[in-house]
Formats: sequence, C-alpha cells, structure tokens
Amino acid sequence: MCTYQTERLDVSGSGKGSEGWFSLSCATFYFDHPTHYPAEHSLNIDFLNLDGGARARVAVELDPASARELARAILATLQTAPQP
Amino acid sequence: MSDSLQAETVRFTGHGGDEIEGYLAQPLDEGSFGGVVVIHHLPGYDEGMKEITRKFAAHGYLAVCPNLYSREAPGASPDDAAAAARALGGVPDERLVGDVQAASGLLKSLGSSNGRVATIGYCSGGRQSFLSACSLPLDAAVDCYGAFVVGTPPESSPLRVSPIVQMTPDLSCPLLGLFGADDQYPSPQHVAELEEALKLADKVYEFHSYEGAGHAFFSTDRPSYRPDAAKDGWQRIWEFFGRYLAS
Repeated sequence: MCTYQTERLDVSGSGKGSEGWFSLSCATFYFDHPTHYPAEHSLNIDFLNLDGGARARVAVELDPASARELARAILATLQTAPQP
Repeated sequence: MSDSLQAETVRFTGHGGDEIEGYLAQPLDEGSFGGVVVIHHLPGYDEGMKEITRKFAAHGYLAVCPNLYSREAPGASPDDAAAAARALGGVPDERLVGDVQAASGLLKSLGSSNGRVATIGYCSGGRQSFLSACSLPLDAAVDCYGAFVVGTPPESSPLRVSPIVQMTPDLSCPLLGLFGADDQYPSPQHVAELEEALKLADKVYEFHSYEGAGHAFFSTDRPSYRPDAAKDGWQRIWEFFGRYLAS
C-alpha cells in the first residue's frame, strides 16, 4: 500500500544533514515505502527546514517495533529530565 | 527493429510557464512511434522510473518522465525531493495536468512521433494518469495501483489528494488498470468501485488484479516486487499500447 498517511508537526531544534547543521522547521511522519530500509513498509521520519531547500533534511526509516520503542524512550527520557 | 535508443535529461516548459526537468528516451530506428508520458510514483523521479522510461524506448515508444518535483527541489536527490514535496502537500492536480499536457506536447513535437500519446503512472502516478486521461485528449492510459481515484486519505494528511472517480464520464481514452489483490490503497473494493463507474459511463477499460501481489509490484528495486505479476503486467501493457498507440 501507499498510505499517503502523513502527520506533519512544526518543531523547534536543529538537525545535522548532508551539508552540516541547520535549524528545523517541521517534521513529517509517515508509514510508507522506505527508500533504503529493506522492508515493504517502514515508519519514516523527515526532519526538515522548508526554507532551506530539499537538502535540509534528516531522514530515518524504522521498523514499526523500533519506532514504538523510540517513542517510548523519548517520553521516558523527557519524564526524568528537569522541567524548564 | 533494433534496440538502439537515446536517453537523456531534458528541460521543457511545464504548467504555468515553469521550466521543468524530464527524462526523455527514444528509439533510434527510422519510423514513427507512439508516445508515453511516464508519471512517477510518490517516492519521486528516481532510478527505477528512469529505467521504466528507457524500457518503453527499447520497445519502440517515445517516452518522457517529467520530474513532478522540479519546482520544490531542483537538483535534489529523488528521496530529498519527495520528502520536500510531501511536506509541502504533494503535487496539485491542476499543475499535474499542465505538466502532463506539456510532456505530451514535447513527445508530439518530436520528428519521429506518430501523433499518438498515452500516459502510464505508478502509485500516486496511477491516480494522476487517470486524472490526466479525464482532463486531456489522450489515446490510452494505464493506472498502475493508483490510490485515491476512489476513497479519501485521512483528514490528518497534509497531502492535497481528493477522489476523482466522479470524473469517469470525462475519460477520453481506453484505460488499462493493473492492481495488486493484496493492496489496501487501492483495495479490491476501491478497484471494484472504479470498475463500476467505468461500466456505468460505458467506457473501454481492461482491469487485471494479481493474487499474491500488493502495492508497487513493478518496482524491481523494492521488496514489493512480484516478478510474476510484473511480467504479466508488462505483457498487458505491450498489448494495450500495441492496440491504441500504433500508427
């Protein structure tokens, strides 16, 4: 399937892409065909700066179990971090 | 016919007067040939799509694959371009039709054109092939597992895609549909609904759904590749284009 199911978030932060560090403006999440990971589908995340051109991108393609673990680990880490 | 061909990147004027990139492949034999506009899949204007474009030339067709993401990401790698286009909402329908019209015009302007042009599209391009055939005068169209001709994407999706099955009465040419029976977008139910609309509108069409195949079964560089379905699908395409694109 090609789900088109895409979530888009505005994000603040920085990412390191093929041309070095850049400021992030958004992230997209979609469950679709990966470009590189050898599976029919993966959970794909692109961290982007839409004003920085197409190369301003950090991409990951994760198997669904890894993506769930990542989400759990992020929340767990944030829970123990000092609150601003 | 020999198998000599020429393939190269070209630039031409697309929708709205914008210059866009395309990959043009043409047989080098003497004679006149039908044309095929290859509409790339959602992952973009990549090596696989260029390979398919060359395959048409090797089989005696003029073929061009326009880079539908030329504007969002000029010169970017196909995956970066696809990600940028996705984040920006995808390719607007009106712009797509304009770019396909321009690509069709490019093929017809070639000295070896016989004046006939078809579209073929894969994945999101399958829907766009159907959209083109309902919007432009074409000689044939092929929809390879195009999602959302029927059905609507989730509301959360930033992609600007709406169903177009209601355009069926405007279909200008015969339609070949090639689908995977295991696909969910389009599902067998979506395919049946499109077939019903084609019957109601009394259109010429031919559908084939392959058991054991899902989405993207033509993509030789992906795990979704299904050799048996792809082999039969290519045979159907050659027969279909032989019927409708011949001089």
